[in-house]
Amino acid sequence: MQYGISILLSGISLGGQYALIAIGYTMVYGILRLINFAHGDVFMAAGLIMVYLSASLPIGAAVPLMILLTVLLGFVIERAAYKPLRSAPRMSVMISAIGVSYLLQNLATYITGGLPQMYPNLPVLSDQITIAGTSTKMVTVITPFLVVALVIALTQLINHTKIGMAMRAASRDFETAQLMGIKINNVISFTFVIGSLLAAVGSALYFTNYPSIVPLSGSLPGLRAFVAAVFGGIGSIPGAVVGAFLIGLSETVIKSSDWSVFSDAFTFALLIIILVVKPTGLFGEKSTDKV
Amino acid sequence: MLQEKKSKRGTWIALGCVAALLILVMVLENTMQPTSMLFTVLKKGAVYALVAASLNLLNGFTGLFSLGQAGFMLLGAYTYAILTIPSADRESVYYLYGGSAVNFSLPELFGGGTLGLILGVLAALILAGCVAAVVAWLIGLPVLRLKSDYLAIATLGFAEIIRAIFQWDALGPVTNGANALKNFPTFSSFNIENANGEVVFRLSTFVPFLLAAVCIGIMVLLINSTYGRAFKAIREDEVAAEAMGISLAKHKRMAFCISSFFAGVGGGMFAMFANQAQAKTFTTSMTYEILLIVVIGGIGSISGSCIASFLYVAASEWWLRFLDTETYIGAFKVPFLRTGFRMVVFSIIIMVVVLFFRRGLMGDRELGDVARSLGRRLSGKGKKKEAVK
Amino acid sequence: MKRVFALALTLVMVLSLAACGGSSDTPADDGGASESGDPVVRIGVFEPATGDSGPGGKQEMLGMQYANRETPTVDIGGTTYTVELVYADNGSTTDKAPTAAAELVSKDVSLVLGSYGSSVAMAGGPVFDEAGLAAIGVTCTNPQITAGNDYYFRICFLDNFQAQVLVNFAKDKFSAQKAYCLGELGNEYDQGLIAFFEQNFDGEVIKDSFPTNTSDFSTYLTKAVAEDVDVIFCPVSIAYATQIVKLAASMDLDIPLLGSDTLDSNMVLEAAQGSNVQLYVSTFYQEGGSPEFDDGIKAWLNEDSTAMTNNGGNDTIAAVTAMGYDAYYVALEALKAAGSTDPGAVKAALPGVTYDGVSGSIAFDEQGDAIRDTAYIKTADTANNAWALETVQTVE
Repeated sequence: MQYGISILLSGISLGGQYALIAIGYTMVYGILRLINFAHGDVFMAAGLIMVYLSASLPIGAAVPLMILLTVLLGFVIERAAYKPLRSAPRMSVMISAIGVSYLLQNLATYITGGLPQMYPNLPVLSDQITIAGTSTKMVTVITPFLVVALVIALTQLINHTKIGMAMRAASRDFETAQLMGIKINNVISFTFVIGSLLAAVGSALYFTNYPSIVPLSGSLPGLRAFVAAVFGGIGSIPGAVVGAFLIGLSETVIKSSDWSVFSDAFTFALLIIILVVKPTGLFGEKSTDKV
Repeated sequence: MLQEKKSKRGTWIALGCVAALLILVMVLENTMQPTSMLFTVLKKGAVYALVAASLNLLNGFTGLFSLGQAGFMLLGAYTYAILTIPSADRESVYYLYGGSAVNFSLPELFGGGTLGLILGVLAALILAGCVAAVVAWLIGLPVLRLKSDYLAIATLGFAEIIRAIFQWDALGPVTNGANALKNFPTFSSFNIENANGEVVFRLSTFVPFLLAAVCIGIMVLLINSTYGRAFKAIREDEVAAEAMGISLAKHKRMAFCISSFFAGVGGGMFAMFANQAQAKTFTTSMTYEILLIVVIGGIGSISGSCIASFLYVAASEWWLRFLDTETYIGAFKVPFLRTGFRMVVFSIIIMVVVLFFRRGLMGDRELGDVARSLGRRLSGKGKKKEAVK
Repeated sequence: MKRVFALALTLVMVLSLAACGGSSDTPADDGGASESGDPVVRIGVFEPATGDSGPGGKQEMLGMQYANRETPTVDIGGTTYTVELVYADNGSTTDKAPTAAAELVSKDVSLVLGSYGSSVAMAGGPVFDEAGLAAIGVTCTNPQITAGNDYYFRICFLDNFQAQVLVNFAKDKFSAQKAYCLGELGNEYDQGLIAFFEQNFDGEVIKDSFPTNTSDFSTYLTKAVAEDVDVIFCPVSIAYATQIVKLAASMDLDIPLLGSDTLDSNMVLEAAQGSNVQLYVSTFYQEGGSPEFDDGIKAWLNEDSTAMTNNGGNDTIAAVTAMGYDAYYVALEALKAAGSTDPGAVKAALPGVTYDGVSGSIAFDEQGDAIRDTAYIKTADTANNAWALETVQTVE
């Protein structure tokens, strides 16, 4: 029983953290039709920024600054690596994303000297609590609520503000939106800003649970979050969140079974089955090819 | 008529160039110091050239965006290794599982000795390709219906699943679990030795070049055949291609299987280069590396992939290595130089290529086209002709 | 124009490829006189500086660097040579290892030290074997490294020995009946040790493997708790070990954790700091074994900030550092015994080399493995952030 609860708890909290990353993937894909492979590494970079900031600043100042810097990083990446390729074929942009991911990882290796960095303890989040006889960190409990709150805020933003409307228009039809006077570059930058912001929040939650950061820390959560986004139907925010929780839960359940060797493989198998049965994911919109 | 004659001459020139290159490699290998880094780079470059060309066949010529190349290389590497480890060494290689479930070795089946080695290695490499192709066929049944990005992710997923299966403990007697397979014939086994075991004639760089050249040659022939034209038609416009009577499913599956076949052969050769086969090596980042090579060389240019793979390997493994060591010029310490700086510089170079040389080194042209247009430009005739056109 | 440019670029690069190839075989033959005027002998350092074994590799290199500072010259055949360490980063991965090994071979080193991590040593081994260059494994404990490779030697104990030691310890100290083993999926070192542990352990063993780059270990530890095991055996690399130990600390885990030599690192120790984690590791060296070495290297670490960072930010001495230190001196002994810097002569002399190092006396058996019958078991003194010697285990 206790075992089951602790599995469930860690599954839900992991799912929530994946959800925050998955939203970043899904929003960028919705507008640019680009798999932003560097997103997982932005998440890792947010963790490293926090490590270095907290070494010299009090936590209260470090957290907002970390979020700010991560947002800036996301913005700069978009402007430097994706904007020049706007008219290029989709594959070039995707490869540029792989290049950015490669660069961020190598840069992290260089700066940390390849040594694992320890994430600082954040007040409240790191506190231990006991639920139904299972000891866990506060962050486990906070994560799902925070995720739900952020998602509601985000859907409000998208459905009820001007920039939100512009984003929806851009994701529906890129060129027409441009013709309607929407400043497409601003919309895209804004998308990246939101994606990086959520990744920064996600990294604070994630690394509080798993405090050691190495240059490759972002790749696995990034990949899983991406799978979650595809699973839920890429381009759809509720889909990404539901997908992330499902992936997080199934991952922890598999790991606790005798088949833990296949925890990654199972995630992908699930993805392939979904893609084959319903190629646009759970909540994805149907697209038709125009000749 | 004229066209045909011209292309025939082009073929002969190309063949001549390849033969000259092979001879050059053989001569270099036997005249220069064998420990030089050059040969390591050439070996790895040849292997990567083959794999990059196979990926290019899929991504560049058929327009199928696959990220599963490392998975097919893994299949090839394991097939090759499992079939060629000498029976006597099996006990020690599979030490955790008390010997191997596969108790024969192809080179020995072919009678051992030099002939057995050549035939056995060739057969094992071909089988390595076949295994990869068969698995590709199976995977292709569901995933080839998917469109661009989804296909990329599904193939990436399959590569990861294949890797997990090969690391599975229960298959240990065949795959050796997490442990590396080793002691199989490598490129160095082809060096000719005299009775005292001293190397008299080196072929360890020549062999991968020859294998890669033959495989890439077959791919080029394929691309220039009707099948190749069908692939290109699919790349340009699927709907239009279908309307013209090209069977999409058949041609996509064919391209996928052929590409995987050569990736499998490349995987076997990679095992020969690395002296061991271990599932851990064939990760997604390996696929990304190969993809970057294809992009740097130019999507849709086989010769571009070949040149880029040598440049890529040489730059990452050799030329930039000095960036990793702290250097003093007199008493002045050169800033930034320490472990990891090499890869930072390298990734910046890659970003520059991706952003500013979008079409890669060659675009979608082959070396022959470039040479021809260069020749025309130099002789000045080309311009007039173009003007007339 | 662009095409012409691209072609020109290609030509330049191909030419420089050839030029580099041509020039790379010249530098070593002249013996490369050093600043002091002595001829130079090069020792290759084949270690990971990046990747998940990077921290361990760096600590091992510290031992060599310190030894090199202490004894920068060696008398070979009546001439005094300056020793130069030549580094090649094998990146902790088996696909980078052969090229890193080839890089050392091309730099004309007399012999090679390394590596930390068994997989890379196995991947690089055949390259050294082919080039006729002897390599001394420092802390690569997998039996497969020296088996079938005449040119690989090693100065540490082997995994089957280490697993036996830990099994005995688990039985003696905790009378363990049920053990939980956790290792990285596809890592030869982890899986080999776990397999040997399982072979020697006469009780129930539950095995799990986590994929590379995992950072969520809570499921595994909860599983161990739920299964009510007596010990947890996790022979993983430092990057994972710190996370597992830190998690165990925050969970207030009361099951003892057993670790292999990789866990003997101050980074792991720091992760356990101030908690109730019971952490036991088997290792090569216990601080205090040679006070002279301890004091010397601590003084150096405190003076050199880069070295301090590479050691994980404090001056606790890792066993791998002591092993790196011993390996350097074994290399010097081999050079002296060979009476020449020629790799062939060094290789011929190595089997006969004996040396009394800080980690014990070193001699090689016919396989090229060190003859060792003792291992230290240390426990983390979490209150004082130090290692305490638990026991010295011997296996017949």
